[in-house]
Amino acid sequence: MAHHKISVTVNGSVESVDVPSNMTLLTMLREKLGLTGTKNGCTAGECGACTVFLNGEPVNSCLVLAVECDGAEVRTVESLARNGQLDPIQQSVIDHNAVQCGFCTPGVLISARALLDRNPDPTEEEIRDALVGNLCRCTGYIRILDAVKDAARVGAAPGTGGSR
Amino acid sequence: MREAHPGLPDFDYVRPADLEEASRFLAQNPQTARPFMGGTDTFVRLRDGFWKETRYLVDVKNLDGRSEITFDPQKGLTVGAAVSMNQVVANPRVGSHYSLLAQAAHRVASYQLRTRATLVGNVCNASPAGDTLGACLLFGGVLRVHGVEGFRDEPLASFFQGPGRTALKPGDIVTAIRFPLPVPGSVGHYEKLGRNLLSDLAIVGVTVLGHPDSSTASGYRFHLALASVGPVPVVLPDLLTQAPVTPEALEEAAGQAMESCHPIDDVRGSARYRKLMVRNLSRRALTRVWEGLQSGYRGE
Repeated sequence: MAHHKISVTVNGSVESVDVPSNMTLLTMLREKLGLTGTKNGCTAGECGACTVFLNGEPVNSCLVLAVECDGAEVRTVESLARNGQLDPIQQSVIDHNAVQCGFCTPGVLISARALLDRNPDPTEEEIRDALVGNLCRCTGYIRILDAVKDAARVGAAPGTGGSR
Repeated sequence: MREAHPGLPDFDYVRPADLEEASRFLAQNPQTARPFMGGTDTFVRLRDGFWKETRYLVDVKNLDGRSEITFDPQKGLTVGAAVSMNQVVANPRVGSHYSLLAQAAHRVASYQLRTRATLVGNVCNASPAGDTLGACLLFGGVLRVHGVEGFRDEPLASFFQGPGRTALKPGDIVTAIRFPLPVPGSVGHYEKLGRNLLSDLAIVGVTVLGHPDSSTASGYRFHLALASVGPVPVVLPDLLTQAPVTPEALEEAAGQAMESCHPIDDVRGSARYRKLMVRNLSRRALTRVWEGLQSGYRGE
């Protein structure tokens, strides 16, 4: 099987990675770059645990080949906190106890951050619509919804650490 | 024990420089090479053990001129093959002239999946449950196809041949889908029944497009397409043309839709349930369009 030398910017760092053709972005992040915040759930694009930003838009990284990311910009959950300060959506998820096992949380955070970036004042229906691709099997969704609503309410500019 | 979703099988990733090279490669390796665009169907199928003969995945999304949506007030809409579902949903021209298409695209899976999934990919995948197929058919979609002998057009009306089977031949690559201008005053609506309100595959999908028509006795013409109730989408053109449009006439047209389909039992629903849901959802969609035609509603 062919291997490819790719250059990809991950969380602001330019990485040069050797990847086989069938390696997914998810596997590259976890196993080549050690970024294990991104989770491997269903590998079918349904659970959303593997959601990351690819060129500014959220994607299921289990459904993207690493080789397709040559020249791309990727951001994972590890990039959300900046300068030691949590992203407001992270802080809000903590404040609302919207985490139990935590497996879905990285994907939820990315989807929520993507939503607030494109729509800083979403309705509940818009939040539900944006998070429909992120399945949680233990906490339930109400606390997650409340966390996103609250992050929007306090003004969830990225990287500000929130106001709470 | 068989792993539910194992890793991807071995294949070589191929990225052609241009359409000619891509078509030539695909035609030279008809059994072992597959084109892919967003990969949202391809990778799932490969992981599930289908297409075992695949040795090459040919990435066709970065070829020239394929990532644009263009609108011509005389000719209509062209959606490039690499245009994502989210781009279709967000495009103002689609929203103002083909809102039914945006509505259907929005019902596909989740936001992050729609970042990668493409309208043309949804069509080429030819799943009977495809959410956008009905809208593409009712808007008179025509695919622009590049093959080893050059470009040709493939009308969607004769494109679907079975689940996952289309009129495409080895070497064919769809570069865009084009839609003529809709009839002025058209109103559309998509009703989808899934196991949950959002995101799931359709157990039944009903797409309706209606418009005023001075040549019919009713003054209107409705077209209806059904998803997930046959091997290919079922289209019922030219409904509600004869008599005045009344609740009884809408009910009768919904019954006609139910009688026209022959679904199967599967994991998502029984054939009998699907037929009954076709009637209910068709009545709902037809009524919604009828109300929209009278109130100026243009679809969500």
